[in-house]
Amino acid sequence: MRVAVIVFPGSNCDRDMAVAFEQAGADVTMVWHKDDHLPEGTDIVGIPGGFSFGDYLRCGAIAAKSPISRSIIAHAGRGGYVLGVCNGFQVLTETGLLPGALMRNANLKFICKPVDLIVETADSAFTSGYRAGQRITVPVAHHDGNYQLDEATLAQLEAEDRIAFRYADNPNGSIADIAGVLSANRRVLGMMPHPERAIDPAHGGTDGVAMFRSLAATLVSA
Amino acid sequence: MKVRVDVMLKAGVLDPQGEAVRHALGSLGFEGVEAVRQGKVIELDLAETDPAKAEATAKEMCEKLLANTVIESYAVKVLG
Repeated sequence: MRVAVIVFPGSNCDRDMAVAFEQAGADVTMVWHKDDHLPEGTDIVGIPGGFSFGDYLRCGAIAAKSPISRSIIAHAGRGGYVLGVCNGFQVLTETGLLPGALMRNANLKFICKPVDLIVETADSAFTSGYRAGQRITVPVAHHDGNYQLDEATLAQLEAEDRIAFRYADNPNGSIADIAGVLSANRRVLGMMPHPERAIDPAHGGTDGVAMFRSLAATLVSA
Repeated sequence: MKVRVDVMLKAGVLDPQGEAVRHALGSLGFEGVEAVRQGKVIELDLAETDPAKAEATAKEMCEKLLANTVIESYAVKVLG
């Protein structure tokens, strides 16, 4: 499993994401946003959390127009895997690879705490290590995690089983309690909670491990 | 050529920041503030001298970057 973790100015979870993938056996390369191509043989692109470009204009908006983002869009277009966490999820909505938009939290507060998620589907390489309906605990740390969609798109995501995770207790106002969504081909996942911050007992929990392991299992057997 | 772009959340999209400003105005004693919507103003100084072309370029900029048309609407005004 070859993973490219993208680094934007202002990314701050890039190393955590690399550690999580390495723990699952991946060969990880850090890729600077000004590079215009991904390393040869990249299976998964990881877009980490942080505050790319200082959240100027809108969260993720400037990063979505970086030179590397064109390569990420092409990678996804070829059926490549992409995991966007927190700011990475915001970048994915801004590129159009995932629907909807992430707005300021409904209570206007920056929320930084462990939250319980319900795994809504095990039918993806990201979630096959969980059971549908399983409750897991993963930290969130965001100011703009209030996911919004129009009603028609929400109905489409529900019908296509593309809601990966919901919050057990919605912290940010997201529509339908959505915490993470999949692309139509189920190979792009965007989520606000941080699975890479739940991979070691010292983190206070290890519920994120299954995501990186199941990705590794899919890509080794592929 | 100076161009002004107003970016606002679309009607119907909840604006928590505008709502917080409305509450703050109320606590300052301003009564009867029924709604507050908060947006952005972006001023562009373009080398283009043709107003129609400047407007078209600014609209393209809005579509590609300045506004997220999933949740935001924009208005372009050529100031001259």
